[in-house]
Amino acid sequence: MTDTAAGSVKLERTNVRSIARAPLVEAPFATTVVELGRERPDIVVLSADLSKYTDIHPFAETFPERFFQLGMAEQNMMGVAGGLAKTGFCPIAVTYTVFATRRAGDQVQMALATGHRTAVIAAFLPGITTPFRASHQGTDDLAIMRAIPGMTVIDPMDATELSAALRAAVSVPGPVYLRGLRASVAEVLVPPYEFEIGRARLLREGSDVGLVGTGLGTQWALEAAELLETRGTSAAVLHVPTIKPFDTTAVVEFASHFRALVSVENHSVVGGLGSAVCEAVAGAGMACRVRRCGVPDRWADAGPLDFIRERLGLDGPSLATSVVDNQEAAR
Amino acid sequence: MTGVIDHWSKDVEYDLDDVALRIRRRVLDMCLGRGQGYAGQGLALADVFAHLYFRVMRRNPDGSLLDRFVLSTGHSAIALFATLGELGVYEEEELRTYGQAGSRIEESPLEGTPGFEITGGSLGQGLSQAVGMALGERLRGSGAKVYCLLSDGELQEGQVWEAAMSASHHHLDNLVAIVDNNHMQADGAPAQVMEVEPVVERLAAFGFVAERIDGHDHEALRRVLPHASVAQHGPVAIVLETVPGKGVETFEHHHKVHYLRLTRDVWDEAIAELG
Repeated sequence: MTDTAAGSVKLERTNVRSIARAPLVEAPFATTVVELGRERPDIVVLSADLSKYTDIHPFAETFPERFFQLGMAEQNMMGVAGGLAKTGFCPIAVTYTVFATRRAGDQVQMALATGHRTAVIAAFLPGITTPFRASHQGTDDLAIMRAIPGMTVIDPMDATELSAALRAAVSVPGPVYLRGLRASVAEVLVPPYEFEIGRARLLREGSDVGLVGTGLGTQWALEAAELLETRGTSAAVLHVPTIKPFDTTAVVEFASHFRALVSVENHSVVGGLGSAVCEAVAGAGMACRVRRCGVPDRWADAGPLDFIRERLGLDGPSLATSVVDNQEAAR
Repeated sequence: MTGVIDHWSKDVEYDLDDVALRIRRRVLDMCLGRGQGYAGQGLALADVFAHLYFRVMRRNPDGSLLDRFVLSTGHSAIALFATLGELGVYEEEELRTYGQAGSRIEESPLEGTPGFEITGGSLGQGLSQAVGMALGERLRGSGAKVYCLLSDGELQEGQVWEAAMSASHHHLDNLVAIVDNNHMQADGAPAQVMEVEPVVERLAAFGFVAERIDGHDHEALRRVLPHASVAQHGPVAIVLETVPGKGVETFEHHHKVHYLRLTRDVWDEAIAELG
């Protein structure tokens, strides 16, 4: 695939480092929240007993009057966030994915999504980034949040994007669900990088096969693409960080170059990126074979991330095989 | 009621018994269109709404409300609509479209409907938003108080107690929880469905200065509102003993007072009984 226009859409390539050479940096969530606190006196941060584990402790220490500890009570936290939003503040409610979307699902909808006030739900431990299985692995959060009217849903792929997406989120006129990354995170996107809500990014050009990724899934897709390149297969990678609003135009344009697509996500294959890609290509009437790679429709395994990825066929070599298989099936 | 203009005047000495009666008349009038509605709740809450909106809640210099009201019990919206009708926010004609297809006078409205600060109805959630507003108003230094109406049945939702815990933990002396203790929920009386008493003691155990009064006793309402809201370093709870259908004797004893679906002649008799 080239970056020349097909139809009316032109996908320009965004600069990325090779996955093999991308440096690991400290997740920038903590520093970005503090920066935002300095720039915006309306920013308030809420925690449900996880401030030390979701990178908001520095904000709490810097702006104690704008930090609200709500204890182990996520339902109440989402309601409190709704009340703060209605008094003119921009709340950032921070917890883990499972608690934000499962435990406090109705509260997110009623308190934050039936109006049009800015509010950010920042949710850590996305997908299989935790060894605790069903209780902590948020593998259905994107699907749940995507079904909420007016909700913006973002799954950042690396350190650069996490910071940029948070900056964009606090200015969205409505609720935003943002997946968070903590500890050491790869810096794949080359700064300066400006996050645009709802915009997909072409990260890699390729003429033989196409991969579509979101969140860490995009890193995995890049791994597979680099591996395929060594085997003589040219793989393009489209990154879709905003799951909602979905960049249907870019996905359809991307898909128009290939007979088969593979979606890669750190999430269940039900209801997330893969489903959204299928909706987009089917909705456009395209004959494109889509293989959804992600957590299969079962509880994922326990263990370190690399171990679970291998178990679920989400490591680079397994994904490369899936891409080739899907391409063969589409012949 | 941010941004909503009403006809309240500081120069008028309102007769709150009369205001409550007029709210009750409007409640019944609103149900005539479809012959059904949450009239029981509207009649039960007319007294406290008269006090809140015509006496207790303070105003900004431009006449808009300084204090805030959060309706957690979404299906009690009829009482708030009728009160706002009394204040001129809604015209009588529109209020008569209550519950009808396409009407914004919904039986359980969403936030954004004039006068409705939150989306109630998914019960047990309002107090949390009231806590958030109380924190926000304190942070702004506005001096505003937040009044939240919830019901005894809602106390069965665990989130109410999460909210109560956070209200006292954060010393929200600008928060007043008003519990409509109407002894009625969808499946019967809470005593049979799931006991919530002793409500006052339970709220007190969660850090509220709590008091129980007769929700139809205007002297008692005058005594506790807003005086109770100058609590020391913590939230206040007022438990109102109310009678669903109050003011219409046949409704007070109606076995389906939770939601009344009646023929026109029964509604007419009720309106005549109110006087």
